[in-house]
Amino acid sequence: MRHICLYFQVHQPFRLRIYRFFDIEESHDYYHELNNRVLMQRIARKCYLPMNTLLKKLITKHTPKRFSVAFSISGMALEQMQLYAPEVLESFQDLHATGGVELIGETYAHSLASLKSEAEFRRQVALHTETLKKLFSAQPTTFRNTELVFFDKLAQWVSDMGYTAILAEGTDTLLGWRSPNYLYTSTAAPKLRVLLRNYQFSDDIAFRFSNQAWPEWPLTADKFAVWLNQLPENEILVNLFMDYETFGEHQWPETGIFEFFEAWVDKMLQNRDVRYVTPQVVMADHEPVGEVEAPKPLSWADSERDLTAWLGNDMQQDAFESLYALEPLIQKLPIQKYPDLHRDWLRLQTSDHFYYMCTKFFSDGDVHKYFNPYDNPYEAYVTYMNVLSDFRQRVETALTKAE
Amino acid sequence: MKVLMLGWEFPPRIAGGLGVACYGLVKGLTHHGINVTFVMPLRSGQEPTNTYRLLGANEIDIPADYTRTTTFWKQVRFYGVETYLGPYLEQLERPTLTFHAAPEPVSETTSGTLRLFFSGKYGKDLLEEVYRYAYAVSFLAQKEEFDIIHAHDWLTYLGGIALKRLTGKPLVVHIHATEYDRSGENPNPIIRDIEAQGFAEADLIIAVSFYTRAIVVEKYGIPPEKVWAIHNAVLPKDRQPITRPRRRRKVVTFLGRVTYQKGPEYFVEAAARLAPKVPEAHFVVAGTGDKLRAIIQRVAELRLGSRFSFTGFLPPTEVENLFDLSDVYVMPSVSEPFGISALEALRAGVPVIVSKQSGVAEVLRYAPKVDFWDVDRLADLIYGVIKYPAITSFFRKFAQDELAQLQWEKSSNRVIEAYKTLHL
Repeated sequence: MRHICLYFQVHQPFRLRIYRFFDIEESHDYYHELNNRVLMQRIARKCYLPMNTLLKKLITKHTPKRFSVAFSISGMALEQMQLYAPEVLESFQDLHATGGVELIGETYAHSLASLKSEAEFRRQVALHTETLKKLFSAQPTTFRNTELVFFDKLAQWVSDMGYTAILAEGTDTLLGWRSPNYLYTSTAAPKLRVLLRNYQFSDDIAFRFSNQAWPEWPLTADKFAVWLNQLPENEILVNLFMDYETFGEHQWPETGIFEFFEAWVDKMLQNRDVRYVTPQVVMADHEPVGEVEAPKPLSWADSERDLTAWLGNDMQQDAFESLYALEPLIQKLPIQKYPDLHRDWLRLQTSDHFYYMCTKFFSDGDVHKYFNPYDNPYEAYVTYMNVLSDFRQRVETALTKAE
Repeated sequence: MKVLMLGWEFPPRIAGGLGVACYGLVKGLTHHGINVTFVMPLRSGQEPTNTYRLLGANEIDIPADYTRTTTFWKQVRFYGVETYLGPYLEQLERPTLTFHAAPEPVSETTSGTLRLFFSGKYGKDLLEEVYRYAYAVSFLAQKEEFDIIHAHDWLTYLGGIALKRLTGKPLVVHIHATEYDRSGENPNPIIRDIEAQGFAEADLIIAVSFYTRAIVVEKYGIPPEKVWAIHNAVLPKDRQPITRPRRRRKVVTFLGRVTYQKGPEYFVEAAARLAPKVPEAHFVVAGTGDKLRAIIQRVAELRLGSRFSFTGFLPPTEVENLFDLSDVYVMPSVSEPFGISALEALRAGVPVIVSKQSGVAEVLRYAPKVDFWDVDRLADLIYGVIKYPAITSFFRKFAQDELAQLQWEKSSNRVIEAYKTLHL
């Protein structure tokens, strides 16, 4: 028996417009409406809609329950679907209705709140759950944190909130000599199951698929199936986690990514012992073989698997600290009375804003430049801080009025 | 009296105070009946029209047999070295530059004469453009009638020298900023040499302040009696400042090229001292330059990003908008020959704090002044202006009186006095 667990991340940030000093206190319109709309519609056309169609085909074809997948769709992506591409939301709802999809919980804003504020983290997780209930009638029981950030305290909070499983990066730091191809639990929260990303195989698809400089290029369905089948027999679980935009956007349709995916799934499923399952099925079918411990936060990014892509330099840390300095103020303002402030509070927390300020251009820069609306990290920082200045003014004004 | 004036900037095509000062001076001279022809690299076509004449060097006809006239080049020193023109570069990068000897004409007119290309920018081929400009204006020797050649800053000195040698007419060189102001104790040797040559060959030198006059005398060894200090002035405002809405936020503004000369780092360090004590203070850095990234880094390091705004380069109308939003204007220049933007800020009703190492400090007796390096004192003064409205209104009132005295008509009168000593 072999289980393949596919999980796809769907997320789009609300990108900021070039918000200048002169706009502070003059305009509270922070977002690049046109850019966000055009990008959402383009990604919908190139990725979300065709890939959803393909997944539905595979789910229906390989019954009963031999092919299912997991998604995490951030609140930011859901909002933008509703605003700019309602057909995409319908398409996801339709896909979910097949019964072959597990929806995973995350922070609504796709934020790094867990690193700064437990309270804000819990609020956003609750908000995301509420949204999934409303839009999909789903109750998530698996959790993934933004950029797969994982640490012991987080495991405790998540377990405490009723989640039974969490996704994390299968880093060497976490595993040591051990393989990611088993189920684990968290030392800090023994009831919580930990599914670890097999970064080798995941990145073969997500990053290397169309890289002609890669010795294994071109990656064919047969070759990839052989690799997976060559795993030792007792390694019964392979977790392939990646951005959903891999299909059709990061890897263009011309690379053959869609054909590859379909052929690979069909190929794997020719073997009656293979199933594509979701985290909750993994939970039910497997016993954990060991524990993982993460006193310090780990992520899935870059070669270091740490947080330096978001909080590595002074600009990022300054922006991050300035943002969360507002949390106690915001929380004094009731959401019903100040919906706009709460909306912006969430949108400004999205991790992408900090990613754009990253100065690690030389090693992982290629990935960082993708979808980055700014010419350089300085511009990203200056724009963000201008927006934050205006936002702070609004919060302070609202507070003065409220008091 | 006819003046052939050589300059690099004229509104609206300006990068800083140089163009503003040239405009004011030309208007002032014209007001007194002086006939001025102003030659710049190229005209944008949007310059304010008036009684003076504007000419682009790209419009100067060069005879087709120009190679025979290149005897000019034998008289002007030549540089074929690689150099870098940091303070002038618009880009943050610092490319090197190779100067080639003979300027190539780029277009031919219907009458068979040739013309040269000019970008009018401070690009990486600035030095080449400086030579092309000198070459082109030398052809005005036969064509134009004038009594005096008046050249502004090193960019046009070679042209002025060429014209003087070809016509024997007196040369006045105007110094708005020396290479020592821009680069401190490590001047670009090529620019410094051009300046020194201009000062040596000039019949008279006009410095924009006593501060600058002292630099010309001390650093270039020029006899003091040859150097006049004539302060810049400010044109009356052509627009009313908007009525400021009462804001809680207090805006402290730095405006200028973000370079060594302008002292942006002292502004940031003063802000670091003020920020914790004055939560309503917001700091604006308007301008760009080779120090911008380092300044942004420093602000982030100090965790002051939420208290700062960086606007990049601002065109004149946006400068006025910025003044409308500003509560205090700070000019912490390390070495500022004049600092016309301080007068512009005052004209817009913004209190100013200027460094003692600036020419404008000589004319603003009532404005608070500080040594550029004394960031504690600077923070202290900014605090006073923000916190104590009485100080602001005091400064404002007296500064406005002083400002009223600083008219281009007066400054140009002094320039005319200087011209008259040339015994035309």
